[in-house]
Amino acid sequence: MSTEIKEKETETETEAETEPAESSHKTRRMEQKRQRAAQRDLEEEAREEVDEAEETVEIKVFRFDPEVAGKEEPRFDTFHVPFFKGMTVLDALIYARDHYDSSLTFRHSCRQAICGSDALFVNGTQCLGCKTQIADLEDHLDSTIRIEPLPHQEVVKDLVVDMEHFYDQMEAVEPFFDADELPDGELEEQRQDRENREKIKMSTRCIWCGACMSSCNIAAGDNEYLGPAAINKAYRFAMDEREGEDRKQQRLNIIEQEHGVWRCQTQFSCTEVCPKDIPLTDHIQELKREAVKNNLKFW
Amino acid sequence: MSQSYDRGTIEDFGRWKEFSAGMWAWIFHKFSGWVLIGYLFTHIAVLSTATQSGTMYTQTIRGLESLAIVRVLEVGLLAVAVFHILNGVRLLFVDLGVGLEAQDKSFYASLVVSAAIVIASVPTFLAGAF
Ligand code: HEM
Ligand code: SF4
Ligand code: FES
Repeated sequence: MSTEIKEKETETETEAETEPAESSHKTRRMEQKRQRAAQRDLEEEAREEVDEAEETVEIKVFRFDPEVAGKEEPRFDTFHVPFFKGMTVLDALIYARDHYDSSLTFRHSCRQAICGSDALFVNGTQCLGCKTQIADLEDHLDSTIRIEPLPHQEVVKDLVVDMEHFYDQMEAVEPFFDADELPDGELEEQRQDRENREKIKMSTRCIWCGACMSSCNIAAGDNEYLGPAAINKAYRFAMDEREGEDRKQQRLNIIEQEHGVWRCQTQFSCTEVCPKDIPLTDHIQELKREAVKNNLKFW
Repeated sequence: MSQSYDRGTIEDFGRWKEFSAGMWAWIFHKFSGWVLIGYLFTHIAVLSTATQSGTMYTQTIRGLESLAIVRVLEVGLLAVAVFHILNGVRLLFVDLGVGLEAQDKSFYASLVVSAAIVIASVPTFLAGAF
């Protein structure tokens, strides 16, 4: 564990906060002392729990923090965590953060695979921390579970990556319902028939986690490529019959550009990793055929 | 954001152990496609000796076929060509959106069928080579 570096960190924090008042300095030192004691208690508790637990898992977590001296060099920290039935990768991370090192940073919120904030690179595949059961990982009790931030995105700190580019690509396909014609009455519904709803059903499930984009070899090499999630978004609206022909044409114009659907080389990486089981390659291929039909004219 | 960390290409081909079926199919297809292009040029070079004289062509072919390494490379060429054709047919189905949920199985099938054909061809290709 990173006890040594933790001390350094507290030093820098004290320096960073520049409140001159002597008395507040004293209280802060007291507070820090109390916190350190609490931290020791927690570590003690963790050690006991690890000893008592029937099974434990070892996680190896990528660490990096450009703002703290001694942490700018990326490295891996190993934590021992007591295993319980139903434990997810996210649970293990939360345990490690709460008991060993409160500076361990990762995004999470819903813990039920709906907010899309905890896509991680676990043992070499992209997945949602909260949806990945430790018991499902191959020989999880004997070997270390390697947890890294998503590849092909820059790391901001520990497991947190910069998602800005992903969001830009998502927005590039105009990901909102925008019908050619609105119904006359203000309260009138815009109904979709069952078949059409069924067709776009899977594509509506995207939670913007970015796992697919991170797994894609092509997206890694071509920053302009829209990427699987954005193309899937485009599919969701282009195939929605309520939007009308004109809007569909505009949407096809976006996806059939040079860095749109044609970049896909059907490696199926995105489809393999999508935590919502969206058949991404299927949707991309269908849009390719739509694009061909749209442009091929025999007269 | 003050600074961030770019981990470079370690996640790409350095991670080959973690590639899935579709990714391997893509790599092998690229590789076999380019090997076939390479072969096409040597093939044209050999054929063009016939423009000088019939005996020249016969001599070139005989000379090449007497080399054991050429016999072995021919087996390799067959392997690459058969895989490229079978996986090419798989890719055509993928383009048509047919059977995408079995894309990994069809890749394994093309590997197995290629291997079977190549093994069956070995006696023919290597007869009298060693
Ligand atoms: C029946 C025979 C063949 C079939 C069915 C076939 C099929 C295909 C298909 C479908 C692709 C596109 C792959 C993609 O979508 O990414 C492709 C790519 C390619 N093929 Fe073939 N092919 C055949 C024979 C050949 C031959 C004889 C050559 C060489 C002379 C060749 C060289 C290539 C090359 C260089 C590529 C591009 C690889 C790349 O993406 O960089 N193919 N082939
Ligand atoms: S398509 Fe799947 S993997 Fe990609 S962002 Fe949406 S939910 Fe995540
Ligand atoms: S925490 Fe919300 S998706 Fe995992």
